[in-house]
Amino acid sequence: MAIWLTKESKVVVQGMTGSEGMKHTRRMLAAGTNVVGGVNPRKAGQKVAVDGAELPVFGTVAEAMAGTGADVSVIFVPPQFTRGAVVEAIDAGIPLAVVITEGVPVHDTAAFWAYNVAQGERTRIVGPNCPGIASPGASNAGIIPADITGTGRIGLVSKSGTLTYQMMYELRDIGFSTCVGIGGDPIIGTTHIDALAAFQADPETDAIVMIGEIGGDAEERAAEFIKANVTKPVVGYIAGFTAPPGKTMGHAGAIISGSAGTADAKKAALEAVGVKVGKTPSETARLMRELMSGN
Amino acid sequence: MDLYEYQGRELFERHGLPVLAGGVATTPDEARAIAERLGGRVVVKAQVKVGGRGKAGGVKLAEGVDESVARATDILGMDIKGHTVNKVMITVTADIAEEYYFSYLLDRANRTFLCIASVAGGMDIEQVAAETPERVAKVAIDANAGVDEAKAREIVEAAGFPAELTDQIVPIAVRLWQAFVAEDATLVEVNPLARTTDGTVLCLDAKVSLDENAGFRHPDHEALVDQAAVDPLEQRAKEKDLNYVKLDGEVGIIGNGAGLVMSTLDVVAYAGESHGGVKPANFLDIGGGASAAVMANGLEIVLSDPSVRSVFVNVFGGITACDEVANGIIQALALLAERGETVDKPLVVRLDGNNAEAGRAILDGAANPLVQRVDTMDGAAQRAAELAAAGV
Repeated sequence: MAIWLTKESKVVVQGMTGSEGMKHTRRMLAAGTNVVGGVNPRKAGQKVAVDGAELPVFGTVAEAMAGTGADVSVIFVPPQFTRGAVVEAIDAGIPLAVVITEGVPVHDTAAFWAYNVAQGERTRIVGPNCPGIASPGASNAGIIPADITGTGRIGLVSKSGTLTYQMMYELRDIGFSTCVGIGGDPIIGTTHIDALAAFQADPETDAIVMIGEIGGDAEERAAEFIKANVTKPVVGYIAGFTAPPGKTMGHAGAIISGSAGTADAKKAALEAVGVKVGKTPSETARLMRELMSGN
Repeated sequence: MDLYEYQGRELFERHGLPVLAGGVATTPDEARAIAERLGGRVVVKAQVKVGGRGKAGGVKLAEGVDESVARATDILGMDIKGHTVNKVMITVTADIAEEYYFSYLLDRANRTFLCIASVAGGMDIEQVAAETPERVAKVAIDANAGVDEAKAREIVEAAGFPAELTDQIVPIAVRLWQAFVAEDATLVEVNPLARTTDGTVLCLDAKVSLDENAGFRHPDHEALVDQAAVDPLEQRAKEKDLNYVKLDGEVGIIGNGAGLVMSTLDVVAYAGESHGGVKPANFLDIGGGASAAVMANGLEIVLSDPSVRSVFVNVFGGITACDEVANGIIQALALLAERGETVDKPLVVRLDGNNAEAGRAILDGAANPLVQRVDTMDGAAQRAAELAAAGV
């Protein structure tokens, strides 16, 4: 069944006709994703041929939903238009919006998140600045490579794209129910906690890998949540133990401010609630492997 | 991007906030002109982005023009915790009766903005919050509703500011919010917000951080970057659209994806513990499509760091195919040779993921004596650390 994204999910792509949008629409289709159309107000009514499929382009997300029954939007529009695109998805009431775009101003993210809250959080927002969600063997909403691993019973939630891929690769023989890349920005829609709660409730997930990195206190809060709510085993990894304070390490949110947001503090918080934390990605994979073979 | 205090003061002034009259000087002559304009008693403050400048002698009072110039001359060129003072801010002084605290910032945990206000100002707010949390008001701000007069009154009341100051602090709170939004700031902090002995409320300090992601709607923010303080390698990398951070070790790092590169730094540092304590020399994320040109630019930057003894190229092929990356590395080395660069430092390459076998075969086939291939990230980190230690 996986979480949030299943074989039944119908995906529209906001920004499908752009180069990134088109490239990844093609890849999503190849991965078996049910991509039902695109959104671009300037190309509404056109059809786009993508590897044998004829995808309709709609003027708005609401029209795309009405025309196709879409329930997932993947957003590839440039940063200056991202706020508007997400607000449009929220207005349409789409259940899931995956925001891939990197470089979105944090005021814009805060604004569309506040708007989503004001609308009653009808829309689950993943990202921005994230690789998306993949439920191997079922559907792929975003840019996570579909061919790394197959379906299995590990759930994965991560702030980082390539570390997600690395972990999927390390554990490719076991497989994953769903992999969620939540993104490395300071404000994001879906958090580690949201994914942990969903994996805990998912009968097809037996264990969870949680990947964090320096900055903020999301991992510490996730640790508290795990203590109170998660009975499935969780293995953790944190990147950035050796990152210097005050320097942004690639992701806008990956910065140690004063003494806050260090990898050591996150590791300690997770270990305090019984989460095994690997020192390296390979050690983390080994911990998960031991755990799964012990089951 | 964190602004200097003088840039924050100017930004506040532009947004109609009450600040002390003043200016910024890079030379004693400029200091003289400012002191003449201001007249009387002034304070001369070193402009460095590090705390503790007062204790280090970087903040001095001065009476009259000659003394102002003398103090500015003393402070300019000073070294404060490794930061050279290139600028001093000179302002008139204020007779402070009371100091408060006021800021707007990102609240990552609650995915919104936060106002922090306190009657206990002039000191470290984190310390105040830890010791006397009842003296610190935290008010969540809805990103879309913002701070209007009513919200500002709510903040003023929550903070417990003196009632007679409400009519002064409310417009400050509203304007500061407007500045926060208009400039795409992630922090605006006034510490202290002061009441003078004549009852006027003033912003006596200005700490501002701006969101670099919003640069596309703020072409003027580029001018706020202090070019003199930017690491030259970081500057060159930025010009080539590379995400590079200079660190102080010996192993050059190139990888794809911020998380993987951060992880690579860690793994190399661990490996270094058993190889003479060598550490990563940099963070460099070449991102998704690692073309030969991008790889060449990245290698060129990393190799031009004289402290680099070995380079670890750590790529997980997700979208990018490893055979393309391998070709990129070989072509990059050829490109660098064509550009006349001497490449004599060993490269340890780890390729995994999409088309890894083909990529490895390409590297093996090219048989470049500088390139060593190791199959695992941990093993490659060990090798890179070992080579760096041997080359020191």
